[in-house]
Amino acid sequence: MTVSGLRLAGRGAIASSRSLRVLEHDLLVFRRGWYSYMLSGLSQPFLYLVAMGIGLGLYVNRNGGAPGGVPYLDYIAPALLVTQAMMAGASEAAWPIMGKIEWDKTYHAALNTPLGAHDLLLGDLMWVGFRATLLSVLFLAVIVALGAAASPLVVFAVPVAVLTALAFAAPIMAFTATQTGDGAFNALFRFGITPLFLFSGTFFPIEKLPLFLQPLAWITPLYHGVAAGRSLSLGQVEPVGLAVHVAFLIAVGLAGLAAARITFRRRLVV
Amino acid sequence: MIENPTAAAPVIHARGLTKRFGSFTAVDGVDFDVAPGEAFGFLGPNGAGKTSTMRMIGTVSPVTAGELTVFGLDPAHHGARIRARLGVVPQADTLDSELSVLENLLIYGRYFDLSWAESRRRAKELLDFVQLTERSDDKVEPLSGGMKRRLVIARSLINEPSLLLLDEPTTGLDPQARHLLWDRLYRLKQRGVTLCLTTHYMDEAEQLCDRLVVMDQARIVAEGSPRQLIDRFVTREVLELRFRRAEGESDDSAHIDGRLDGLADRIEQLPDRVLVYTADGEAAAATAYDRGLRPASFLVRRSTLEDVFLRLTGRSLVE
Repeated sequence: MTVSGLRLAGRGAIASSRSLRVLEHDLLVFRRGWYSYMLSGLSQPFLYLVAMGIGLGLYVNRNGGAPGGVPYLDYIAPALLVTQAMMAGASEAAWPIMGKIEWDKTYHAALNTPLGAHDLLLGDLMWVGFRATLLSVLFLAVIVALGAAASPLVVFAVPVAVLTALAFAAPIMAFTATQTGDGAFNALFRFGITPLFLFSGTFFPIEKLPLFLQPLAWITPLYHGVAAGRSLSLGQVEPVGLAVHVAFLIAVGLAGLAAARITFRRRLVV
Repeated sequence: MIENPTAAAPVIHARGLTKRFGSFTAVDGVDFDVAPGEAFGFLGPNGAGKTSTMRMIGTVSPVTAGELTVFGLDPAHHGARIRARLGVVPQADTLDSELSVLENLLIYGRYFDLSWAESRRRAKELLDFVQLTERSDDKVEPLSGGMKRRLVIARSLINEPSLLLLDEPTTGLDPQARHLLWDRLYRLKQRGVTLCLTTHYMDEAEQLCDRLVVMDQARIVAEGSPRQLIDRFVTREVLELRFRRAEGESDDSAHIDGRLDGLADRIEQLPDRVLVYTADGEAAAATAYDRGLRPASFLVRRSTLEDVFLRLTGRSLVE
C-alpha cells in the first residue's frame, strides 16, 4: 500500500504517511477487541431506540408525535446516531490521549521515531474518525432495520455524525494536552457533554428551552450535528440550513485542530 | 545524501550546548564530541543535566543555545532524518500496555516506515537477541522490570540505528538483569554501534564506556576514559576506615589524631567512614596500625569513578 500520495508539500501538510502510522497503531489495538466494539456498536443503538423511540414514543405519538407530526422514533433516531458519535469522539479525546501523554507515555516513545507531535495529533484524530464512522454505520443499520428513517438521505447522517465527533474530539484533545491528570474530565462530561446530550435538540426541539438558553444551544456543535442529521433522515433538507450546520461543524473542528496543534507541541516538545 | 561523514567526523558534536527551562538552566554550555563506534558516557547525580543533554541529542528537546550536530545534521531542521538513524532507550519504559510484546516492536518498525514483513522479520530477530521470544504474544504488563528493559532495547534497535542513546539503562534492575543488559550492549558495540549513555552507576560507566564526561550542576567537570580519570584525580588504591564513634562525636578526627599524617595523598572524611587515598593501601594500613590507629574495620580497594566524583564535586554520586 503506497500512501506517499497523501503527503502534501510543505509545512502546512494536512496528512502525511507518518500520521497514517499512528492510525495503524490504533487499528492494531482495535484489532484485539474489535468484536466488543461491534457488539456494543449494535446493542447500544438497539436499546436506546427501543426504549426511547418505541417505548417513550408510544406516549409522545399519542399526543401528536414530534414536531411536524413525525413519529418520535424517527425524530430521535438520527439525533441519537449523531450523539453517540459525539460521545465516542469526546471520550477518545480525553482518557486515551491522557494515557498516551502521561500514563503510558507512548507518545514519547513515538516521538523518538521520525514521527512528530503533529503526526500523533492527526493520526489519533483519524482514529476518532474511523471509530465514529464504524459506530455510525452500525447505528444506521439498526435505524434501517427498525424502519426509523423516512428518507434514503439518512446515509448522509453518517458523515454528519463523523464531523460532529471530530468537532468535539479536536478541541478536547487540545484541552487534554494541557492537563496532567484526568481530574477535569469528569467535570467536562458532567457539566459539558451530558447536558449537551440532553439539551441540544436530541429529545425535544430547542425551541422548548427557556429563551435565554436557546442561543447557548445554537453555538454548541451538537445542535448543528443533530439538526443536520435529522433533516437528512426525515427527508426535510433545507440546503442553506444544512450548509450552515455542516460549515459550523467544520469550523469548530478546524479551530480545535489549530488549538491542539499548539497545545500538543507545548506539551510534547520541551 | 550530504551527511556521510568521514571516519574522523564525530557522530555527535556539541559546543556551548545549553538548555534552559524558564530561568532554570539544566545544561550550561557543555562541549563534547562522540566518535563513531565509541561508547560514550555521561556520569553524574540526578539533576546534573544528563537527561536534558540526551533529549537534545535525540532531537526531542529544542536546543536553547550553543551548537549541536548529530550525524553532521542540525536537530532544529533535520529532526526526523536524525531520528530515523537513532535508537533511543528512554529512562521510563514507555511501552504500550495495550499491545503484545511482539506488536510493540511491529508498530515501532512501522513508525520507521518499515514494511510489515520487514518489521516482523526484525522484531523476531530482536526478541531472540534479548531472549524474549517465548513472551512474544504476552501483554507487556506482567513482564519483570528486566524484561521490560530488554524489550525497550529491542524496540530501540528495530531501525538498525548507528547511534544508540541510553538514558540510565539499568536503573532499578537487579544485578543479574543488569549483567544481561550489559552483555547485550557490549555485543552491539562490537557490531560497531555507537553508544551514548547516562548513568549514575560507576560500575556501569567503567564496564561500558570507552570515554566519559562527569557532569555536575549542569556542567561538565571532567572528561576522559575511566582509567584516565582515576589516574588523574585519585590514587590507585583507597583505604577505607570505619570507627565506632563515642556519644557526642560528630566526626572521626579524635580517632585519627594525626596518625595518618604523611600516609596519604588526600583524606576524605565522610559521615560514615574515612577514605585514605594512597598508592599502597596495605602499607598505609600497617603503618597506621603501628601508630596506634584502631578502627572498627580496615578495607583496601581500588579507586573507582565514585572517588573521582567525590574529588571533583565534594559529594557522593548516589546519595
